[in-house]
Amino acid sequence: MHRLRHAAAWLAAALAAAAAPALAQDLKKEIQKYQQMIAEGSPVELFELEGEALWRRRQGPANVSLESCDLGQGPGVLKGAYAHLPRYFADADRVMDLEARLLHCMMTLQGRSRDEVTKRLFGNEDRLSEMEYLSAYIAARSQGVAMSPGTSHPKERASYELGRKLYFYRAGPWDFSCTSCHGEEGKRIRMQDLPVLSSPLAARPVMATWPAYRVSNSQFKTMQWRINDCYRQMRMPEPTYASDATIALTMFLTVTGKGEPYRGPGTKR
Amino acid sequence: MKRALQLCVAGAVLAACAGAPVEQRPVLSENDLSEIHAVLKRDFRARGSAGMARVEPDAVQRLCNLHDNVPPGEAAQAIEAEQLRAIKFPEGSLIGDRKRGQRIAQSGRGLQWTDAPGEAGGGSCYNCHQLSPQEASFGTLGPSLLGFGKVRGAGPETQKYAFGRIYNSKAYSLCSQMPRLGHSGTLTEQQIKDLVAYLLDPDSPVNK
Repeated sequence: MHRLRHAAAWLAAALAAAAAPALAQDLKKEIQKYQQMIAEGSPVELFELEGEALWRRRQGPANVSLESCDLGQGPGVLKGAYAHLPRYFADADRVMDLEARLLHCMMTLQGRSRDEVTKRLFGNEDRLSEMEYLSAYIAARSQGVAMSPGTSHPKERASYELGRKLYFYRAGPWDFSCTSCHGEEGKRIRMQDLPVLSSPLAARPVMATWPAYRVSNSQFKTMQWRINDCYRQMRMPEPTYASDATIALTMFLTVTGKGEPYRGPGTKR
Repeated sequence: MKRALQLCVAGAVLAACAGAPVEQRPVLSENDLSEIHAVLKRDFRARGSAGMARVEPDAVQRLCNLHDNVPPGEAAQAIEAEQLRAIKFPEGSLIGDRKRGQRIAQSGRGLQWTDAPGEAGGGSCYNCHQLSPQEASFGTLGPSLLGFGKVRGAGPETQKYAFGRIYNSKAYSLCSQMPRLGHSGTLTEQQIKDLVAYLLDPDSPVNK
C-alpha cells in the first residue's frame, strides 16, 4: 500500500514534469517504467529514480544541478563513490560521509543556505527527504564495489580513532554506549538480533547494505538517521546531522566492515 | 592485537584483516575522556527533554569508561556504596500493583527526545529480560527473570533488593549494563514498587 503511494507520488511528479506536449512520449515511457516497477515491487528503484531527478535538477541561487559535485572520484563521478566514503576532502579540509558531502555541494555549488538544506533531513512514509532520495540513487551506483573508506590521510585515521572511542564510551542518563546493545554476540532486544558491529564479520554485511528501505515503516533510511536514532534510544541529546562525531562513528563501522562488495540500498525489517 | 589493528587500518595486510575477528576495544585514558566529552559538547544539542547536561559524566561512568567496565575493586566498592546510600527506599511494604507493573515492564518509553516531558516512562524491562512465560517477545541482554519471586520469596529483604536493583543497578554492580531507572528519574517510586510486585507477587505471571 505504502509502496503504491510512493509510486503514485512519483508518477504525479513525472506527470507534472512532463506537462509540455513535446514530452508526451517521455511520459508514456515513464508510465511504462512505473508499471514495470510496481510489477517488480521494488520501492528502492523508485527512490533511485527520484534521486536521479534531484541530482540533475537545477536548484538554489546558483541555479545549477549537483552533477558537478565531487563525491571523491571526480566531479560528477558516481560509480563507486559511495563505497569509498567516508573519506577526506581537501577542499573542505574535513572527513565527510555521503550526506555531509551532499550538504557541502548543495551549499557551495548551488548556493543554498545551511538552514534550507537541513530543514527536512529525515522524511516519512509519504515522502522521503531530498537527502534520502539522493542517497538511494548514489549508493546504488556502488553496487559490486568493495567498501573501501579512506584510511590513509591523518584526518581519516583520527576520524576512525574517534569513532572507535565513541563506540565504547558510556554516557547519558542510561549509561549507554553502542556496546550496550551491540557488544555481545548472540543477544537481542525483544526479538531483534543485535550485530556486534565492532567485529568485521558482523559489520561487513551491515555496512554494505545501508542506506536501506525499512519494510516495518515503509521508510527509506540513511546512515545518519541510523546513528541519530540510536542516540535517541540511548537517551542522549541529539547528534548534529553530519557532525564530526556522527561521521567518525560511520568511519569506524565502515572501516571495520570494509572489503565487502556493496549490495545496497538494502531492505531491513 | 593493537598492532594488528593498526596494520588493518593502514590496509597493509588486507588478507589478515578480512573476516578475522579483530580486537577493537580501545583503552580509554583520562585524555580520551576529556576529548570525547568535548566532542559531545560540540556535536550534540539539546532536544525536547534531552538536555545537554546529559553529556556530563558522573563518577560511575568515569570509572567504568576508564577501566573498560572492570574497575579496580576498592574504587568500585567506594562508588557502589555511594550509589547505594543515594537510593531513596520508602518506608513499609515495597509491593505495589503487579498489573500496573506489567504495563511498566512492557513500556519502552521515557527520557527520549521524542517522549513528551511529564508523560509516564516505562521500565523497558522486556527489551532485555524474560519475565512472564506468556510474553514471547523478550530480549536477552539481561538474565531471565522468569520465576523471580518463586525462587526468592517476597520477604522484606527480597523486596528491598528488587527495589534497589531497579532504582540503581550500579549500587550492586558498578558497571552493570542496566540503566539506573530510579536514579535517572525514568521511573517514580510508585512505578518501581509496581515492578517489585510484578516480580515478587506469587500471583504474578512471572511466578506462575
